[in-house]
Amino acid sequence: MSHRLRWRKFVSNFMLTMTGVCAAISVAVLFFILGYLVYHGGASINWDFFTKLPAPVGEAGGGMANAILGSAKLLLLATLFGVPIGFFGAIYLAEFSGSKVAFVVRYAADLLNGVPSIVIGIFAYSVAVHPFKHFSTFAGGFALGVMMIPITLRSTEEFLLGVPRSLREGAMALGASKWKTISSVIVPAAYRGILTAILLAFARVAGETAPLLFTALGNRFWSNGWNEPTASLPVMIYNYALSPFEDWHRQAWAAGLVLLTLILIVNIVARAILSRGISVPRT
Amino acid sequence: MHASVRSAVSVNITPPVTTGAHRETAAPAEMRMTISKVNFWYGSKQTLFDISLGIATSKVTALIGPSGCGKSTLLRTLDRMHETVRHSRLEGEILLDGKNILDQDVTQLRRRVGMVFQRPNPFPKSIFENVAYGLRINGTKLPMAEAVEKSLRHAALWDEVKDHLHKSAYELSGGQQQRLCIARALAVEPEVLLLDEPCSALDPISTAKIEELLVQLKDLCTIVTVTHNMQQAARISDFTAFLLNGQVIEFSPTPHLFTTPSDPRTEAYITGRFG
Repeated sequence: MSHRLRWRKFVSNFMLTMTGVCAAISVAVLFFILGYLVYHGGASINWDFFTKLPAPVGEAGGGMANAILGSAKLLLLATLFGVPIGFFGAIYLAEFSGSKVAFVVRYAADLLNGVPSIVIGIFAYSVAVHPFKHFSTFAGGFALGVMMIPITLRSTEEFLLGVPRSLREGAMALGASKWKTISSVIVPAAYRGILTAILLAFARVAGETAPLLFTALGNRFWSNGWNEPTASLPVMIYNYALSPFEDWHRQAWAAGLVLLTLILIVNIVARAILSRGISVPRT
Repeated sequence: MHASVRSAVSVNITPPVTTGAHRETAAPAEMRMTISKVNFWYGSKQTLFDISLGIATSKVTALIGPSGCGKSTLLRTLDRMHETVRHSRLEGEILLDGKNILDQDVTQLRRRVGMVFQRPNPFPKSIFENVAYGLRINGTKLPMAEAVEKSLRHAALWDEVKDHLHKSAYELSGGQQQRLCIARALAVEPEVLLLDEPCSALDPISTAKIEELLVQLKDLCTIVTVTHNMQQAARISDFTAFLLNGQVIEFSPTPHLFTTPSDPRTEAYITGRFG
């Protein structure tokens, strides 16, 4: 075997090993986090954790029922606010607008996507908290919703543009109007991708803490309504992790585990729904 | 020579009635569509020049010519699909049953003038829903199952798919998908069916099936097909128009065009000297 050939084989094997190791690391990080959460927080997960309010300072036990419900309410608001705007905006960009408008909107969306979440929080504070003189669930949902808009918009647009032109023509040739073509052929053809994008946006904001600090604030009790401050899992984690109490640290880990599990469940359920439809084969 | 050139220039709106052996194919035909003096531009590039043609009712009219001659463009003007391309411009008049299609509501027009594309383009839906699509968007009151069966039978696909109507359309073969697209177009009972090289992505057996089908469909609707396959045009069409560089060079009953072309360019093309 010539020197040159040996060298080539070495390079090939080296690169193969390296890519494999990198792939393994990316997966390992997830499992490491999961293992760490289970190890530190697993013991604190019990029935009380899901049903009880936080215990008073200094007392052991208690749960995070209010934070779990609070997070659910915030995410519901965020999805109701952010997803429709991102989704219909994407339809406009992909189907109706000229290339100049699309370029500007796309660029702005990318910038918005890059705005630090704490800045989004300040913005939400000045728009949805300051004028009303109180913190509220609405304000928190609004802040998270703003963060969902650009993610939904950009990825939905990509998936809409990926639908083959031939499908559009097929629908229009049957006498479908532009809107009918979009709603009955193009969106259904792209819906898997769109839903995946929405899930990613959802998972991304589910863990956001900074925008909630001065919008939904936090609450050690049940929230009195949508117009009142509410507890949420990320803010709870933040507060508990900074506390001096051993028990609270464990509960913070447990909250992290619950948050991750909830996101995972939403993902799995959505994927199960997705796998049932008919998708356009790749050509 | 001179005479033949002149006849090519003054292309008749009605196919010329020929003498002798070909007379029977050229019975005086009623015109479903009449194209007169159509000019077409993509941006500043003109691709159709002063086209005038008549599309005879319940006949198959074939448009042939080399790549880029404008045959697909001409076909797409007949249901105004050219409007989906930005910066396109059409001048002239296209009549459907005596009324200018350019003045009509485009969705109504496309219901009456169906189109089948070069590559099968079934929707990501079940076989049944693909055929039902046109009926649903037009808010039909017909019993859906019957209408779908009828269209699939017309497209000679029923026997192959009747047991799995609710499977994905993508599970069908290419030829079956194309017949499904024909069934989908037929479901709304169009008066005219346009086909843009419907067999170019298919194998010979599927092609033969579709050719056979088109000949049968004449009773149902008027057919205009674009093809780059001259044998195909000769086999299935009643009238053939030969296009070159955006102009109609010759338009006659098919047997006439293929046996005794009156223009030397037509003769050169059909004998395989270019294209």
